[in-house]
Amino acid sequence: MDTQGVTADPQLQQFIEVESQKERFQQLVHQMTDVCWEKCMDKPGPKLDSRTETCFVNCVERFIDTSQFILNRLEQTQRGRGSLSESMSD
Amino acid sequence: MDSFGSDFSSGAAESGKMDPGTIMEQVKVQIAVANAQELLQRMTDKCFKKCVGKPGGSLDNSEQKCIAMCMDRYMDAWNTVSRAYNSRLQRERARI
Repeated sequence: MDTQGVTADPQLQQFIEVESQKERFQQLVHQMTDVCWEKCMDKPGPKLDSRTETCFVNCVERFIDTSQFILNRLEQTQRGRGSLSESMSD
Repeated sequence: MDSFGSDFSSGAAESGKMDPGTIMEQVKVQIAVANAQELLQRMTDKCFKKCVGKPGGSLDNSEQKCIAMCMDRYMDAWNTVSRAYNSRLQRERARI
């Protein structure tokens, strides 16, 4: 089963897929924490107050909404107009 | 990080090919280290920006206290974002 090398091993294949997915999640958490810190954090205090925490939660949701919005609109633009650069001249 | 790369040779010595279990464990360790480094790098950047004004000859007491609090708040923020993102993903999956 392993004669072709490690990539033929189904156990390793699954491991790679699972770890890749975990890593994509981690990377996005790093990125969103970074971006949302700029938007939500004033002076660091002795604890995260509820208003700041709410800001972070909203920030995550709106960030994902933004990402989906961009993908959807890009898809619409390309379907209707044929290229992004055409729609950008509006 | 270099020392983790050079460990790959030790597993291959016995059988001529790598034991999948060993590979998986080593990869997990490398991933964990990379994530810790990323966290530390971003935390240092944010807390330097928030806590250190015009750089003096050393970090004074108020700067050190600020950095300590900032580290804890950054971890709180990271955990909050992680939970919120996880919830959102689960909600999206439930929709499918």
